[in-house]
Amino acid sequence: MAKGIMYIDGQRVPFDGEKNVLAVIRKAGIDMPTFCYYSELSTFGACRMCVVEDERGKIDTSCSMEPRDGMVIRTNTAKLLKHRRMILELMLASHCRDCTTCEKSGKCHLQELALQFGVRKVRFPDTRPEYEKDHSSPAIVRDPNKCILCGDCVRVCEEMQGMGVLNFAHRGSDLQVMPAFDRKLAQTNCISCGQCAAACPTGAITIRDEIGKAWQKLYASDVRVVFQIAPAVRVAVGEAFGLEPGVNCLDKLVAALKMMGADEVYDTNFGADLTVLEESAEFLARLKNGGPFPMFTSCCPAWIKYLENEKPKYLKNVSTCKSPMEMFGAILKDQYKAKDAEDGKTTYHIAIMPCTAKKMEAKREEFQHDGKPDVDLVLTTQEIITMIKEAGIRFTELEGESPDLPFGMGTGAAVIFGTTGGVAEAVARRVVEDKSKNTMQAIQFSGLRDAGVIREVSLPVGDRVLRIAVVHGLVNAKKLLADIESGEAYYDLIEVMTCKTGCVGGAGQPRGLIPVKRQRGEGLYEADRTALIKRSESNPIAVEMLEGMLKGRTHELLHVHYDHK
Amino acid sequence: MSNALTRASEIIDSYNCEQSNLIAILQEIQAEYNYLSEAALTLVAEKLGVSTAKVYSVATFYENFSLEAKGKHIIKVCAGTACHVRKSGPIYDAIRDYLNLTGKKKTSDDGLFTLETVACLGACGLAPVMTIDGEVHAKMTPDAALALLEQIRKEESAE
Repeated sequence: MAKGIMYIDGQRVPFDGEKNVLAVIRKAGIDMPTFCYYSELSTFGACRMCVVEDERGKIDTSCSMEPRDGMVIRTNTAKLLKHRRMILELMLASHCRDCTTCEKSGKCHLQELALQFGVRKVRFPDTRPEYEKDHSSPAIVRDPNKCILCGDCVRVCEEMQGMGVLNFAHRGSDLQVMPAFDRKLAQTNCISCGQCAAACPTGAITIRDEIGKAWQKLYASDVRVVFQIAPAVRVAVGEAFGLEPGVNCLDKLVAALKMMGADEVYDTNFGADLTVLEESAEFLARLKNGGPFPMFTSCCPAWIKYLENEKPKYLKNVSTCKSPMEMFGAILKDQYKAKDAEDGKTTYHIAIMPCTAKKMEAKREEFQHDGKPDVDLVLTTQEIITMIKEAGIRFTELEGESPDLPFGMGTGAAVIFGTTGGVAEAVARRVVEDKSKNTMQAIQFSGLRDAGVIREVSLPVGDRVLRIAVVHGLVNAKKLLADIESGEAYYDLIEVMTCKTGCVGGAGQPRGLIPVKRQRGEGLYEADRTALIKRSESNPIAVEMLEGMLKGRTHELLHVHYDHK
Repeated sequence: MSNALTRASEIIDSYNCEQSNLIAILQEIQAEYNYLSEAALTLVAEKLGVSTAKVYSVATFYENFSLEAKGKHIIKVCAGTACHVRKSGPIYDAIRDYLNLTGKKKTSDDGLFTLETVACLGACGLAPVMTIDGEVHAKMTPDAALALLEQIRKEESAE
């Protein structure tokens, strides 16, 4: 890696291994504007906002320039400013400008930079035809009229998730981002992971907004609104109110929901504990019966969708456990039937998730009973943030409240479900025979919590050494599948999370890069450290239910077969 | 795979399913089938191990690739400089009207004709020029062009 000294706007700036001049400029404390540069993806060089000028007045993009020793550049000259303003003006000219009513208003990068560079007037008329919006996906909405052709979504879909559903089509003034043959997203292999929406700087791809439905139910007097909150949500929701990523805001979120009209607020951790118990039991049974191996975790709905679409032969390897959200929904709806009959109210169940694919999962036919979904509505972290703001609640000033009992009870093993490696660790805690503190620490430091995109761990259980793999980012899961197929790799248990860093990095979360997502993960480990109960089999309510009302009904309420088709 | 795609499959195999040969493969398939069908593009993506959206991206980038089935006879009117100044525009317009083509439609409803423009045929001395199925017709006028099409229509209905 190159090392040396650069001169940026007259400042001496040392560089050491930065992959481009842009990174060195940002290190020097200068906010270089970009649209198409996403440090986690390949360099594209399309938006031209990050241009710099060298000593001879030559202009080039800093994202595609390698740092050289002795290089002299300026980032802020009259020429560069004019250039950037012109780019913004041209972008705005061919962009829907209904800013005030746009989903992305206030969070839009184009809006932000137009303001920053003082673009007050657009001299050019918009001559483009109006393109049709795509509302077909259960998770996201695509509005081509707001696309600035930065290609972030194209590269996220291809490079991070290995899907390649979106790409550029046509050229010149007809250039557009679209799925092949201009199909609707629902007609493609899209897995609803939503990472394209998370990367989109404008309102061209957004999360399907279902806030209106939630308010309607919260305001209705004959409806009992019951919430569940996923682990990853609590460590990200505070970011929108000025708190650091990773700060656990579960108590404040519960208080906010109660103020907004929630009747009961529970914790998805309860569902996660049931998942650990059921999944471990299934895993031990597979060990006894000789397979099929590897066993894949089943919490991630985008992963399930991918297997269904492209690798159905592996569906038999997926654990038959429902995801924690769906286990929770099934039990809740079952338990509240009697209550509904008693007081004449209808129970409406809302799940707050870090994930857009959960919206798709809740609509799957496997999770409908008597024509009604077990989880009526899925709101993302971003949507609940918007609702808190709409309600005018000063989030940081709230006095926290604990979730309700009985389903508010969860263990440390459950809360780490929200980060990559968490599900595998929770199952490991369950299946090892020796439950001493030493063993728990050995599991913690076995490599399950490392940073790698594919991590392998060997864990002795009985007379056998288990091979466990943890993978995040679908493109990496695809690599792992290829290795398994070729016989190069063998594992007993594989935890798969479609999004990088796991659910804390889900597309429903506030915008953030990998370091922010890791901080959220740390917040979950912190919650585990301070949890009174660490292992799922010690969750008294979960154990009681498995021996009580769930006895003989686990198959009906907690399991699902995706390979029945 | 339907029988209709056997030839396309053979073409892809003849390039060892190499991603770097994508454009060559598309060209050869188009030469064989006259256009690139959805099924053909999907097959190419599958065999080359790239996403369908990427293949679609390349296919729509180049003017030379057609994603619509073409008519039985292909008319190309030259829009090069020499032909343009010698009034090839009115010829194109007249044919368009005659074939009832509107918007982006290039092929007549009866599937008989496809109308395209071409940048230069290299026969500027004979301007304005048009070709029908590769045969050059020199010093055209709107009336003469339409007469040629009438002639073909008559022959077709006689068959």
